[in-house]
Amino acid sequence: MTALLRTEGVMKAYGGVQALNGATIVVEEGTVAGLIGPNGSGKTTLFNVITGYERPDSGEVWFGDRAITGLSPDKVFAAGIGRTFQLTRIFARLTVLENMLVAAQAKDKPKNLLSWFGRDAWTHHRRHALELLEFVGIERHADVLAGSLSYGQRKLLELAYVLVADPAVILLDEPAGGVNPTLINLIADRIRLLNTQQGKTFLLVEHNMEFVMGLCSTITVLESGADVVSGPPDIVRTDKRVLDAYLGVDLEEDPR
Amino acid sequence: MGRELALAIVDGILVGGVYALMAVGLTLIFGVLDIINIAQGVLVILGAYLSYSLYTKAHIDLFVGLLITIPAMFVIGVFIHWAFIRRLRGTERTSMTLLVTYAVALIIEGILFKIYGADNIQISTSYTNSSVDVAGIYVGWIYIWGFVLALALVAFVYALLYRTKFGRSVRATMQDETAARLVGIDVNRVAALTFGIGVAVTAAGGMVFGATNAFNANSGYDLISRLLSIIILGGMGSVGGALGASLFMLTLESVVTIWQPNWAVLVYYAALVIVLLYRPAGLFGRKAVRAQ
Amino acid sequence: MSKESRLDNGLARPEKALKGGGLLVLAVVAVLFPQFTSDPAVTNYGVLALIYITAATAWNIFSGNTGYISLGQAVFFGSGAYAMGIAARDWHLNGDIVFALLPLCGAVGALIAVPFGLIALRVRRHTFIVITIAMFFIFQLMAFNFSFTGGSSGLQSPFLNWPAATYNTPFYYIGLAYAAGSIVIAWLVRRSRFGLQLRAIRDDEDRARGLGVKTMRVKLAAFTMSGAITAMIGAVWFFYLNQVEPQTGFDPIFDLTLVLMAFLGGYGSISGPVLGALIIEPLTLWLNTQPAFNGGGLSQILLGAVFLIVVLFMPRGIIPTGGEIITKLRMRGRPAVIPTTTMGPVASAPTISSGGAR
Repeated sequence: MTALLRTEGVMKAYGGVQALNGATIVVEEGTVAGLIGPNGSGKTTLFNVITGYERPDSGEVWFGDRAITGLSPDKVFAAGIGRTFQLTRIFARLTVLENMLVAAQAKDKPKNLLSWFGRDAWTHHRRHALELLEFVGIERHADVLAGSLSYGQRKLLELAYVLVADPAVILLDEPAGGVNPTLINLIADRIRLLNTQQGKTFLLVEHNMEFVMGLCSTITVLESGADVVSGPPDIVRTDKRVLDAYLGVDLEEDPR
Repeated sequence: MGRELALAIVDGILVGGVYALMAVGLTLIFGVLDIINIAQGVLVILGAYLSYSLYTKAHIDLFVGLLITIPAMFVIGVFIHWAFIRRLRGTERTSMTLLVTYAVALIIEGILFKIYGADNIQISTSYTNSSVDVAGIYVGWIYIWGFVLALALVAFVYALLYRTKFGRSVRATMQDETAARLVGIDVNRVAALTFGIGVAVTAAGGMVFGATNAFNANSGYDLISRLLSIIILGGMGSVGGALGASLFMLTLESVVTIWQPNWAVLVYYAALVIVLLYRPAGLFGRKAVRAQ
Repeated sequence: MSKESRLDNGLARPEKALKGGGLLVLAVVAVLFPQFTSDPAVTNYGVLALIYITAATAWNIFSGNTGYISLGQAVFFGSGAYAMGIAARDWHLNGDIVFALLPLCGAVGALIAVPFGLIALRVRRHTFIVITIAMFFIFQLMAFNFSFTGGSSGLQSPFLNWPAATYNTPFYYIGLAYAAGSIVIAWLVRRSRFGLQLRAIRDDEDRARGLGVKTMRVKLAAFTMSGAITAMIGAVWFFYLNQVEPQTGFDPIFDLTLVLMAFLGGYGSISGPVLGALIIEPLTLWLNTQPAFNGGGLSQILLGAVFLIVVLFMPRGIIPTGGEIITKLRMRGRPAVIPTTTMGPVASAPTISSGGAR
């Protein structure tokens, strides 16, 4: 299996805070990888660096055999890496369908002036968008203003969004956060489907241990901006360093 | 020629100090409340008219009159915030408040027109026209006193910001409103008081402006354009930047006036364009990542 | 609703027919209006209203869609007026042929819009507003100080050998053509992919850029369109009133009035500016004929006060706000809608609101 996405020694500081301190992670192609760690360990920052929303102070980001360190977000997106946001960023005053269309159309260059204004170009974009909305289960809200969706529905919209460009790698920032259990199952189900049927590679940041352990084949633990452990769930779950990172307690010396 | 230049520079610095006063108020309001108070220009004119009326009707000296006009303008500022600005929320708050303050400016301008008419006036007292000889250059006394006043008030604002508990709350709110709320700062009160202070300083600026320029209710437009350019140049939200930019721009304008009096005011816009082309955040501006 | 009907973005048939019918009636009335009255004082209202409808619609094409509020449309309006005046004077044109200069004025507007936009559109929204204000003052200053603009006395328009009784009528129809044209353009922009990108920029510009939208290009295109149309209608206005001076061609009240019209009628919608202009312009004209209003400052107070009321209490316009109030009254007591799902144990039960997301 080839490493599709990889970071090497990424460093990023904000003022006096070292958010990332030599973060090195590897995501194999075709896997669902998880990134966990206590709050403030740098997970979202690492996401931002990978997807171009932040520039690292040093270190590299590789997509296949291509260095994408420091590329702007739209170039990263165009390269085939999609990303959702923890605090969902949607176009609140556009309808759900229109939200999808912005993403769908942006990657198609207009053929001529007419297609800028015409509606014909829309039809296949609309079809594609509606299919994706159906896939995540919010198709019936297509004409609703995105701003009036519930949080869970927005997460589904974000997922549909990220699928529009048919990316090879999808970065999910807390896909299960703040969502009810039935929805969590749906999301996990969809991820599994996309992974097994379409071979998409996933990297997710999550706090929900059950979700991560049940879905991911590889898990990397981040602590204080550096990777601490990496491996299959069973190994990671029982690794002492992981427990220390989360609990901050030396269990061997604790009589209880 | 050298003398003209020297005079222009001195003039520029002196007047710059006074403009600094008005600009500091404007930039403070932006830094804390994230709003651009377009009414600042016409509020200066209001201050000028107040000083004028106090002097001509009640024979109260201009500087003494500040003891009345500064608190009065403070109250007006707090009122404007309470009545019109406080209720604006949402993602387009900054743009909306700009429109609101523009509307308030219009109303104040209209009221001033109604009360004072359209004629240009200038505050004239026994000392506004006298000057002192400094190394061969004649400098108006009013300019010197105005500069001293401006320095004193800017120093006062600085002291307020950096040495008092209230000032700390203001600075905290400027940096991160949510964090400030979390530590128990009453952000609304800070906002209202800051707006009041930002407007109160216009009383002093207005008095000096009125004593050194012919003005009428329409003069607010020209003022606010300069002030806006100054705070953008100095970095919106930066008090030190407002001071520096005021001194610089007024001196620049003063020097350019020697050659091209008609176009001198263009320097503001030219400087603005140049700065914005290279540093969209202004020279000292915070690279604020706020959502708009 | 089936997928196919959504592909059509369909309104139900009867609604469409009603809308179409209403528009037709409106169009007929607009076209026949001058035939019903021969009083120039009345048609004057019509001409000026149409000029403002055009300008407000043009404003909305850019500002309404992108959320970048421009307080500098007067730059284009006045430039168009001056361009017309300068060209007519220097090329010694008189009479009807001067109307052929209108496209030139549009080009002037576009030419100004490009560098203007390249500077102004790189900054954030509130700084953008300030720059439009600054630009406005620059242009007013230039009009005052340059000799080719006639300085403070301004320019006179070329002579038209038309009878006084029907003088207004051709201007009315030109105004109508421009108003209709700009409304059509606004509508085309709205339903196009271009318009979608503009509105996405309004909601979350960074996200739009991250998705690959060429934000600068898109904004600049809309800005230029808006500027070109405004310049042309400014030229018409100049021709109609026979003169332009720096303070009338570049009038801050003009900009504020446009914004007020757009907000009053419904910010961001197509009918909004039209409605706003239809309400405010005749009102303004009528007020100016009342003696109490002449130069006393009352007009500023009133404009400011109305502005405050609109922005503070009905920022989305009189119709949407009215509609909201009616909807709220209707929705009282209705239970939340719980849809049946087609895919097993899914999702929370959402309440579907079809419009007016806060």
